[in-house]
Amino acid sequence: MVIKKPAGIKSSEITDKKVYLNRRLFMRGAALAGSALATGWLYRSLNAPPQPPRANAKIENVLKPQPTFEVPAVNEKLTPLESITTYNNFYEFDTNKGGVASAAADFVTRPWSVSVEGLVNKPKVFDIDELLGLAPQEERIYRFRCVEGWSMVIPWDGFPLSKLLEAVEPQSNAKYVAFQTLYDPKRMPNQSTGILDWPYVEGLRMDEAMHPLTILATGIYGEVLPPQDGAPIRLVVPWKYGFKSIKSIVKIKLVETEPPTTWNIAAPDEYGFYSNVNPQVNHPRWSQAREQRIGEFSKRPTLMFNGYAEQVAHLYDGMDLRKYY
Amino acid sequence: MTPDPKFSKLVVFVNSLVPLVLLLWDAAHKRMGANPLEFATRTTGMLTLVFLLISLAVTPARKLTGWQWLGKHRRMLGLFAFFYGFLHLMTYVWFDKFFNLKAAGLDILNRPFIAVGMAAFFIMIPLAVTSTNKMVKRLGGKRWNRLHKTAYVAAALGALHYYMLVKADTRLPLTLAAVLGILLGYRLFINYIQPKPPVRLLAPRR
Repeated sequence: MVIKKPAGIKSSEITDKKVYLNRRLFMRGAALAGSALATGWLYRSLNAPPQPPRANAKIENVLKPQPTFEVPAVNEKLTPLESITTYNNFYEFDTNKGGVASAAADFVTRPWSVSVEGLVNKPKVFDIDELLGLAPQEERIYRFRCVEGWSMVIPWDGFPLSKLLEAVEPQSNAKYVAFQTLYDPKRMPNQSTGILDWPYVEGLRMDEAMHPLTILATGIYGEVLPPQDGAPIRLVVPWKYGFKSIKSIVKIKLVETEPPTTWNIAAPDEYGFYSNVNPQVNHPRWSQAREQRIGEFSKRPTLMFNGYAEQVAHLYDGMDLRKYY
Repeated sequence: MTPDPKFSKLVVFVNSLVPLVLLLWDAAHKRMGANPLEFATRTTGMLTLVFLLISLAVTPARKLTGWQWLGKHRRMLGLFAFFYGFLHLMTYVWFDKFFNLKAAGLDILNRPFIAVGMAAFFIMIPLAVTSTNKMVKRLGGKRWNRLHKTAYVAAALGALHYYMLVKADTRLPLTLAAVLGILLGYRLFINYIQPKPPVRLLAPRR
């Protein structure tokens, strides 16, 4: 009986140990790099850094009036345009401040009309371009203080709200002004969620609305207001927390009683009707004594009425600002 | 399937560091947006919660898949949760308060969500300290296990801390809380509700 030798594997066919180990090393390197890339991609897609903003059209013939007692100069460094247009609270588009600009990029603001109604002699629906022609656009450099504890210095372009109110002739029983943002979930995607009570509404007392510091803004840095900052027209009340300065306004109504306001509805003990900047009254969840000026490294103290006490403190004479926060 | 433990640990280690590397990259290239401090604080806080959840997911995943080797990665994931928690605290104490401990103390009193977050971090300290093999032996398995169950409390306080600081959009904090609820609920079910198999006193005879 012949026992055949099994067909042996030639020693030349045996994978060299070095090659085998190299292949293993290669596979492991690939697994390591591949998983790290996947993790990196996941991290990037969940926590994307904000994108640089788009350019905006220039506004023609913006006046630059000299500072007065009523509209004082702010001798502080202006916040860069890029910060103003990439760091926004505009919950209709995104609740992440860095994501608003891209979420709102394609928001169309023409045609646009603003209805001014209620206790006035001449109620009127203004086309936006008609509204812009109501008064010359002028530059207003204001501090802007968010209730979250950050602040900016913004060169707005706009005109006093009082010019619009005078044009419609308020009646004597008009005590408050109620504002409303556009409600259109197709164009403002977050309005299909229940994060806040939509549409966003705000209000001012008549004397606050008529104050020379209170403006309707239509631009920043001489450029047309971009959607993320409240295009085409927004309120700016510099001595109040930022959320009072309602964006993308479609309705202004003069009323007799204090109108409801969105954040007050959401959390009445956190956001009052007045919401004047006040370092002595803490937010229930955070201190308001200091603020992070965007672009600065350390914190700075918050000023009473955001630095406009001389101009507006008298509006609140005799009022307990702890009660009417 | 039991992968080479040394290599799989390396994979977990490298992947856990990826977010930190990208965060530092963004910082070096000034790509953290208008408020870099807030970006860093938010990112490290979120990473802390994510690593806490992943580390708490190890035991359920091990039991459900039968892959015992998963358990070997729990310690490192927990330590990364502590590490990112430490960085999160540093962005607050160092940058936000500039080591002004009096201001930080006042803040804890005035801002309950900070107190809750601090509590979560301090609970994690003894867990990190006792994470070595030596400490497991020294404490004894039973006591060590009991101590490390406080990780559940740390994670719950972490989730509460996140929920409390959000102004209105609570969807993300509630999602994280729901995931935590599932992970803890699984343990509750396994340990208290599911009937246990009878204990065998003797090895089965063949």
